[in-house]
Amino acid sequence: MTQATKTQKTILSIDHVTVHFGGLVAISDMTFDVKEGELVSLIGPNGAGKTTAFNVVTGFLRPTQGEVHFRGVSLHKLKPHEVAGVGLVRTFQRTSLFTTNTVFENVLTGLHRHGRATAWSTLLSLPSMRREEAKLSEAVWEILDFIGISHRANELGGSLPYGEQRLLGVAVALAANPTMLLLDEPAAGMNPSETGDFMELLAKIRRRNISILLVEHDMRLVMGVSDRIVVLNYGKIIAYGAPAEIQANPEVIRAYLGHGVKHA
Amino acid sequence: MDQLLQHIANALILGGTYALLGIGLTLILGIMKVVNFTHGELYAFGGFMAYYFVSGLGWNFFLAMGMAIMLGILLGALIERVLLRRMRSADIDSTMVVMIGCWIAMQNIALLVWGGIAKSVPTPFPTDPLVIGPISISWLRVFVLIAALLLILATYLLIHKSPLGKAMRATFQDRVTASLMGININVIYTATFALGSGLAAAAGALLGPVFVVTTTMGNAAALKAFAIVIMGGLGSIQGAAIGGFILAFAEELGSGYISSGYRDAMGFILIILVLMFKPTGLFYARGERIG
Amino acid sequence: MKNLGTIFLLLALLTLPLWVPDQYYLHIVITTGIFIIGAMSLNLLLGYTGQLSLGHIAFFGIGAYTSALTSLGFDIPVFWGDGRIIHEAWHPLIGILLGTFVAGVCGYVVGKLSFKIRGAYFVIVTISFAEVVRLVALNWVDLTQGPMALSNIPPIGYNLPGLGEMVFWAKAPNYYLVLALALIAYVLIRRIVRSRMGRAMIALRENESLATSVGIDVTRYLVFAAVVSAALAGAAGSLYAHYIRIIDPDIFHFIYTVTMVIMVVTGGKGTLAGPIVGGVIFGALPVGLRAVAAPEVQWIVYGIAIILIVFFLPRGIVPTVSDYWHRKTGSAPRHTRAMPLASSKQSPEQAT
Repeated sequence: MTQATKTQKTILSIDHVTVHFGGLVAISDMTFDVKEGELVSLIGPNGAGKTTAFNVVTGFLRPTQGEVHFRGVSLHKLKPHEVAGVGLVRTFQRTSLFTTNTVFENVLTGLHRHGRATAWSTLLSLPSMRREEAKLSEAVWEILDFIGISHRANELGGSLPYGEQRLLGVAVALAANPTMLLLDEPAAGMNPSETGDFMELLAKIRRRNISILLVEHDMRLVMGVSDRIVVLNYGKIIAYGAPAEIQANPEVIRAYLGHGVKHA
Repeated sequence: MDQLLQHIANALILGGTYALLGIGLTLILGIMKVVNFTHGELYAFGGFMAYYFVSGLGWNFFLAMGMAIMLGILLGALIERVLLRRMRSADIDSTMVVMIGCWIAMQNIALLVWGGIAKSVPTPFPTDPLVIGPISISWLRVFVLIAALLLILATYLLIHKSPLGKAMRATFQDRVTASLMGININVIYTATFALGSGLAAAAGALLGPVFVVTTTMGNAAALKAFAIVIMGGLGSIQGAAIGGFILAFAEELGSGYISSGYRDAMGFILIILVLMFKPTGLFYARGERIG
Repeated sequence: MKNLGTIFLLLALLTLPLWVPDQYYLHIVITTGIFIIGAMSLNLLLGYTGQLSLGHIAFFGIGAYTSALTSLGFDIPVFWGDGRIIHEAWHPLIGILLGTFVAGVCGYVVGKLSFKIRGAYFVIVTISFAEVVRLVALNWVDLTQGPMALSNIPPIGYNLPGLGEMVFWAKAPNYYLVLALALIAYVLIRRIVRSRMGRAMIALRENESLATSVGIDVTRYLVFAAVVSAALAGAAGSLYAHYIRIIDPDIFHFIYTVTMVIMVVTGGKGTLAGPIVGGVIFGALPVGLRAVAAPEVQWIVYGIAIILIVFFLPRGIVPTVSDYWHRKTGSAPRHTRAMPLASSKQSPEQAT
């Protein structure tokens, strides 16, 4: 289920990123990139540094050394909320929703960047603001339909079954209009049937020209959707290439067998 | 110069009791993460118990002091058991509001019981002060200083060297693991809050005879306690101890040399300054931040 | 059905002085109303945006003092007696505007501060802020008269060609003034919380990282909430100053913040009706209790009432009742698809 990349243009580049926490080296000299339209997965045993890497790549953590560029813009020059503004949106593994809001409201909040209402137009309840709200509502339905959770629209985010909560997280991220999505273990807790549906959703997202970086444990998912895979162990990249290469790579096998293989 | 030395002496004595107040609160606010609005009331309670046992029942002064502290510990345990246990899984706002309710009720019960007139606590010490060079300190204050330092030492030893202290530190670092290791979490929570409250009561019992005992004395004390805890860093006993002395110095020197009207403002100004420039406190204790 | 209820309520409020002729009760209504405005404004910052601000009375008091001093005029020495700042008395309405503005500026400062200092630290800073303001009001006697109080504050009035002149000495016009401000506050807050801005505030309360990840500038909305909240409190304070016509530093006492917090939390923080319901209860309770018990007992009852409400109705009265009502009648608010508009059919990418 790979797609040929349309162009060779790089959309996200991670250059020689190193992260120290005090005396501990969490990541050392990590370099890889994601091309436009690609789906790249980041995998590795527990403790390999995936979470740290993910936080660096999403602009949530500043690397001790090295740089991350998104479409040529250095992520670390941006304020945290500006990262979404350049088109890079992430999901969260835990605490991934606004639990006391409904599904509809969750996605509506995600559409924040689409709105232009100012303080004055809000306080005076100007027609421009009300028109905008109506358009945003439509956009919410569009996204809910796309993801497939429209039937849950008026339920509280926190009351959804776990698999659908993960889907809602993706919906909220999509609402922010990304050119690239960074998904943090989106299939965690999904059963095989849900995972299969999720793989199809990923394909649908890619058809909208959204590039994806995926951190995942589920090997069936990873092997099934990735164009390229980056394997981390002990904070270093130990392999980097197409799924077939990775599956055959002895270092990768050793890294996983050492920690217990899950799905490969 | 003479005046300065006198101020310093006063500040040292005040600092000791402030340290007790602060250590008590840092245990509760810093380690239990409870915004404890009743801390001031425990302080006042200590003062009133001292008054009651000495003046009302005619007990020996030192026994009365001990009794006041014991009762403070018990009252703290009661508050934790009745009010806080339910709120353990609730959010911080709701817990805060419950503590506010308790504070209001306690202060007004005190008003009903003791009335609004300030009470003075008779002491057994000679009235002539101890004179060292240009400094003159009443024997009462000497006692207060020694008692405060002993209590600080005892608390430090309790927390760092005793099994109970170890259990406390374990519980607040990782509740689940601690309970899996056989520590009774409920007992620890109650004991910690009781200890913190007992220290506040001790401070009140010690300072009661030095000044006077009133039903509103807890309010200023509470805010000072917060100032001390913030300065020292949430959860740091050493920090709270040092913070107590810093506050005492700021108050003594500030009111002596700048203006006495703003004496109580010193604490707040310090809070604001510390939080603006060094929010983790001057002596940051690892891993004990709120929010 | 809902509209009928609202109309009835409005009519009742508009005609209130007619059916509450007793001046003492009218006074209670006015002061409670002022506190309700304070509670509504606190709710915006505490309830919707989730900031534990416990210095709210400072904004109220700053508004009161600013308005009073503006309309009284003052003459104070500065630079250790070398200079003087003299201000001539201005019309009370200007005082109110200035009071609102100055309070709003303080809200801006607090909002910016709260971004660096979160959670329980922020609680303590806000309390300290209010206490410092109180001590300044108490000690800067040249400006504020300290404990001797600012008195003879002129009541509000107007002098317009065509409408004539009127000065609001009596209670009834002051009541309408308070009602007007309360309605304005309600409408403004309602518009904010039901808009994109409101969603951003709630998002920052519920899950700040998630909010940031979809592009919400958390600081900006926090500051906005703080400014509006403070300005409304300042406006309420200004009205209070011109109604009571005498204010002293006790107005900054922590107990008033506590009262507003109680109103918000017991009524239901993060709801529009919450602070109003809480305000009515804790405004009316003293009156009811006054007849039967000493003030200390009243406060003991409040303390216990607060604890009980948090224990048994943790979300507050309004959300609990409203949930119950919705479950009984199956009438929860629901989002539904609108009919396709003429200019619709846009995918998310195009709806920028």
